Order: sequence, then structure tokens, then C-alpha cells
Amino acid sequence: MTSPERGALVQIVGSAIDLNRLVAHVQHDGVGAVATFLGTVRDVNDGRHVTGIDYEAYQPMAEAEMRAIAAELGAQWEGLSVAMVHRVGTLAVGDVSVAIACAHARRAPAADAMRTAIEALKVRVPIWKREHYAGGEWTWVDPTRGVVSP
Amino acid sequence: MMSVPVLVFASYADAFGARTVNVPVPLPCTVADVVLAMRALPGGHRLPGHVLVAVNHAYAKPGTAVGHGDEVALIPPVAGG
Repeated sequence: MTSPERGALVQIVGSAIDLNRLVAHVQHDGVGAVATFLGTVRDVNDGRHVTGIDYEAYQPMAEAEMRAIAAELGAQWEGLSVAMVHRVGTLAVGDVSVAIACAHARRAPAADAMRTAIEALKVRVPIWKREHYAGGEWTWVDPTRGVVSP
Repeated sequence: MMSVPVLVFASYADAFGARTVNVPVPLPCTVADVVLAMRALPGGHRLPGHVLVAVNHAYAKPGTAVGHGDEVALIPPVAGG
């Protein structure tokens, strides 16, 4: 058993993500629901055939932003425990790029926090991806398409 | 002339052909001063009209002060997940 006061697990890693490690981190005897999210590399984006993605992060700031997100979630849902891990390096189609686990006594806060966490990660955490396409072309993905955020 | 090392990533690293750019600016200065100076450097024309900047691992504003020892980074549009 782990204590509910245990701090959030936030990490940028260079190798495969083990979801069980995140679940173990957020589990404790007061938990009644664990909501998990896996982001995976898919084979098509914007109609183009994707063969792989290089992820790059500004690691100290990425981990600081993930810690800030976890703290904000904890302030919104009392008793929540959070784990967020993002992988960097070259990933193939099907590989897990990001994993999140949110645990709470009740299912609604766990699920809502998990959704909020991934949405916040996508707009705030300094991580970038370069998609490689069939044919050898590549591009840095810009989800904002020029619209400024955050 | 003094300079501040600025970390650049992803498409911005491609623009400057480096991961750290020594930007000639008098210190202390502001984030806006650093960005303006970077636009004049080789590759700087490839920066978009609005550039996000972090100082010491936190998003900064154009008026945020930059001094000796601060870690400054240009943050391209993020695309995690």
C-alpha cells in the first residue's frame, strides 16, 4: 500500500513506458477508481501515411509543467493522485508516447482529471514531434497552425 | 557586446542550425529584446511573428527580465501526446 499523500510521478523517459508502474504509483487503499490514458503513434495524420515519430522535450521545463498540471488537478479534486510519463526519441507506429494514471476514491474525479491532464499536457508541456511519412518526407507538427498558445 | 545563450528546439533548432544560440544583447534586458536580436541572426527570419519564450523553465512575457545566469529558451508550438 502507498500513502495518499505520495507526490505526483512526472517524468520524461527515453524508453518504453510501463503503465503498470504508473498505476502502482497512484494506487493506495483509499482509491476506488483508476483512470488511465495511453497515447500511441498512429499510422495516418492529416491524410498522410505516418511511418514513425521523433519526440523531443525540453526536459526540465516539461517535467516542471507536468508537476504544475498535477498540482492544479490535485487542487481541483481533493485526494487525487496523479502519474504522467512522456517518452522521447524515435517511436514506431503503435508505440506508447504518453501515459497518464489518475486515481481517486470516486470514478468521476478520476476520469475527469485524466481527461483534463492530457488536454493540458498537449497545450502546455514543451514537447515536440517530427512526423516521418512514407516516401521519406518529414515535418515538425504544429497543432496550433500558427494560433498562439498557451 | 555581452551575449546570452538561448536554447532552441525542434523547428527552431533547424532554423538556427544549432541547439544553443549565443544572442548578442546587453544584460540585463527583456525577453522582447532577446527575441528581437535573434530575428537579426542567421536563420532568425524563419521565426514566426509571435514566439513563446521560457525563462528558468517557466513561460515568460515580453517584459520579463533576463539577466546573467538565467536559462532562456524559445518554445516552438508544442505537440506532445
